[in-house]
Amino acid sequence: MSDQRQGGPPGPGDGEAAAFSVIGKRNRKVDGRRKVTGQTLFTDDLQPARLLHGKILRSPHAHARIRSIDTTRASALAGVHAVITGRDLPVAYGIIPWTRDEYPLAIDKVLYVGDGVAAVAADDERIAEAALELIEVDYQVLPAVLTVEEALAHPETQVNTFAGKGNVSKQVRLTFGDVEGGLAGAEVLVEDTWFHAGSTHAAIEPHCAMGDLGADGILTVHSSTQVPHYLHRELSRVLELPVDRIRVIQPAVGGGFGGKSEPFDLEFAVAKLSCLTGRPVKILYTREEVFTAHRGRHPMLMTYRVGADRDGRLTAVQARIQIDGGAHSSFGLVTTYYSGQLLGAPYRLPAYEFDSTRVFTNKPSCGPKRGHGSVQPRFAFECALDMLAERVDLDPIELRRRNVLGPDTRTINEFRITSNGFLECLAGVERASGWKEKFRRLPFGRGVGVAGSTYISGTNYPIYPNEMPQSAVQLKVDRSGRVTVFAGVSDIGQGCDSVLAYIVAEELGVALDSIRVVTADTDLTPVDLGAYSSRITFMAGNAAIAACAGVKRQIQEALAERWGVPPGQVRLADGCATAPGVPSHSLPIAEAFQAAEARSGTLGGVGSYNTPKDVHGSYRGGTIGASPAYSFSAHIAEVEVDGETGQVRVRKIWVAHDCGRALNPMLVEGQMEGSAAMGFGEALLEEQAYDERGLHRGPSLLDYPLATTLDTPELESIIVESHDREGPYGAKEAGEGPLHPSIPAIANAIHDAVGVRLTRLPFRPPAVLAALQARYAAGLAWKGHRG
Amino acid sequence: MKERLRFVVNGDPVEVAVEPATTLLECLRQDLHLTGSKQGCDKGDCGACTVLLDGRAVLACLVLARAVDGRQVTTVEGLASAGRLHPLQDAFDSQGAAQCGFCTPGMLMSAFALLEENAQPTLEEVRQALAGNLCRCTGYTKILDAVVTAAGVIQASRPAPPGRSGT
Repeated sequence: MSDQRQGGPPGPGDGEAAAFSVIGKRNRKVDGRRKVTGQTLFTDDLQPARLLHGKILRSPHAHARIRSIDTTRASALAGVHAVITGRDLPVAYGIIPWTRDEYPLAIDKVLYVGDGVAAVAADDERIAEAALELIEVDYQVLPAVLTVEEALAHPETQVNTFAGKGNVSKQVRLTFGDVEGGLAGAEVLVEDTWFHAGSTHAAIEPHCAMGDLGADGILTVHSSTQVPHYLHRELSRVLELPVDRIRVIQPAVGGGFGGKSEPFDLEFAVAKLSCLTGRPVKILYTREEVFTAHRGRHPMLMTYRVGADRDGRLTAVQARIQIDGGAHSSFGLVTTYYSGQLLGAPYRLPAYEFDSTRVFTNKPSCGPKRGHGSVQPRFAFECALDMLAERVDLDPIELRRRNVLGPDTRTINEFRITSNGFLECLAGVERASGWKEKFRRLPFGRGVGVAGSTYISGTNYPIYPNEMPQSAVQLKVDRSGRVTVFAGVSDIGQGCDSVLAYIVAEELGVALDSIRVVTADTDLTPVDLGAYSSRITFMAGNAAIAACAGVKRQIQEALAERWGVPPGQVRLADGCATAPGVPSHSLPIAEAFQAAEARSGTLGGVGSYNTPKDVHGSYRGGTIGASPAYSFSAHIAEVEVDGETGQVRVRKIWVAHDCGRALNPMLVEGQMEGSAAMGFGEALLEEQAYDERGLHRGPSLLDYPLATTLDTPELESIIVESHDREGPYGAKEAGEGPLHPSIPAIANAIHDAVGVRLTRLPFRPPAVLAALQARYAAGLAWKGHRG
Repeated sequence: MKERLRFVVNGDPVEVAVEPATTLLECLRQDLHLTGSKQGCDKGDCGACTVLLDGRAVLACLVLARAVDGRQVTTVEGLASAGRLHPLQDAFDSQGAAQCGFCTPGMLMSAFALLEENAQPTLEEVRQALAGNLCRCTGYTKILDAVVTAAGVIQASRPAPPGRSGT
């Protein structure tokens, strides 16, 4: 049985009035008991016999040519089994097929402090570390470019030699509508420059991978990846092994947030070292290595010109954005587009232009972090809207209401918007926060701020061009009453394994504890593209419904025949098959499965999902940012600012999010709270910063301050359900969208509290104090709106 | 030169030989295969390796294995008894307090140590007790709620103090 779902008419489970047994309930997670008992196995928990431990030697220079590497002494050390250098893995790779511009280990030159140059496998980690000390690398230190300005001023100092020339990684300029006219005709013009300093994911589980070449010639790689399918492909390319000789398994992952969504040096290193030694080899990054592996939020310098009429209706938006990419492209092609393309909602932009340039620098590469490419512009733009509201003397929520885009429409950049609960999000936070009693009414030092946003539920186009489904689910339906769900999806903590179980339990009427979920194993599970761009619930959810359809039909037909009722009247729910009206027409689900198996043969199902392909602009880049559905969010933050110290305390954030339908409100709230908290950290605490030599300023979880229980504000979640017609049961994404408004809501609240507009992240006390003092010095004592 | 140690883990006496520099975390994970305690930073910043040493919460990555000779260690594997979840574990599970689950063992042990000392903590006291355990997934909301819930469950399950009767 194979069914495919695509954008189109409602499928099973879409019924508005359906009474759900499982969907929408606060069910436990299928992997919860194992997680709370310490039984869950993460990659580093795997300890097979004969295991060797690997370590990677890293560059102390930001930019240097490698004249030679001598590994003789390291290889001779007792307990060392293999040593490799870049020359052993000479095939370039990259997550985006058009920008394969990195090697697993540096070959000719190192591009940043922390770039890998050699790897060893030894009996234990201490021997491996000792062996690294014995590797002699002769470096010729080169001039390094550490800022966008330096990189553009010195194209002759080329960071990444795969770039055509100079240091420009990607440039995108797109214009929609009459921008010049819209700005010229604007009655109010707001213009300013904002800077997001860049941040990193800092998942608590460090990256870990284990390679094991079996006697059968099959290379198995376990990895803490969030993209096993893409890792599978790149391992095959780099190791020059057929893809069917490689098996990638993703064990439980201890947080990703985008930081594990492309291949890393350790995965290639353990694979190669295992091929050389014939033994399993594992590498666990140190925390310092996690910081330099990075691929986190890009620093962006963003200038916006926002025009509006006297009533606050937007006339045109123009953005110029410089993006600091670090040493490699990573997802940078997409980042550069996203920095402009994802601003098209939730407001109607009559004219819009963005000009974004991503630049290579001699620092760890930036990549996708939760809210990829659009968190920074959203910060800038929502602050600009707040300035605009002040200029036209409108409540900032009212200003936003006047500009909403609405449902079932297209953005200026031609993306199709289906469901849209943004107005309900605004109303939700306005009501819950007591906005009307607080905005411009709190005493000096306290304030509230609002911001809104949108995000994609997956992308319509996969990273490598192909026509195949983006996600698939297979079912094994057993006569015992148990159902096993096989899917390629990557549970990184967001709970997609559980979501699949909820959907299959709902569709087939099976109790949740009779569902087994097997995921992210390229030998066992059908392809899913991975945990990125907030795609899994939408895509794998639809695939799961499709996979159930045929099986459900077979069961219904078997019982319809037995009971003499139409198949449509056979109901599968809560562990039973029933037909209405006749109490004797009731069977435990296992017996219903048996009846169907007797009639149709062994039961099973395959379902897949592919995205709509005709719902974007026809211009170059018009496919990037096109999604089957968009989520919407609004936040209100309430802050206290200490005018003496510059310390900002966020008392509370009200978080409203339109997730279409909450398949499990508890998990949706978890995503909303986690997102808002991560945004809070970026607003006040975090910065991925380097010194003038390119050294990370504090590669530890103490020096890079993650918010603790004492820092994190109270968070209140308000779920908005707009029931998207193409989402599974109407669901859309919840994992990334709710991060976006955190930062501008806090920035706008600081303005309401003390009258300063902060434009450079993070808002640490010295910066806040400097802004306050500048304001005092200019004689602008903040009387605010309070008379 | 390896040293031989004897200590008690989750009620079971164990005997292991370790190098002098071996940490308790390495000993638990690699020698005893108790992988529930996690290594997130290996330098005392994240709290994922929190275990109880003679009833007090400690960071296993900062304790040398040789320092636990003759003492009692409790790890997350020792919280459930006879297949029954501890109320903290049950509350974490029922309230969605474990997303990726990597910080969860350490969180549970810090929370367990708190409730042993203070059976009815305020929310602020829970915040203080868990301040050394980093979570990157949850924003802590559901973790704090789960600890408060578990405290209530434990309290309700205790027999009423003597000398008090109904009516």
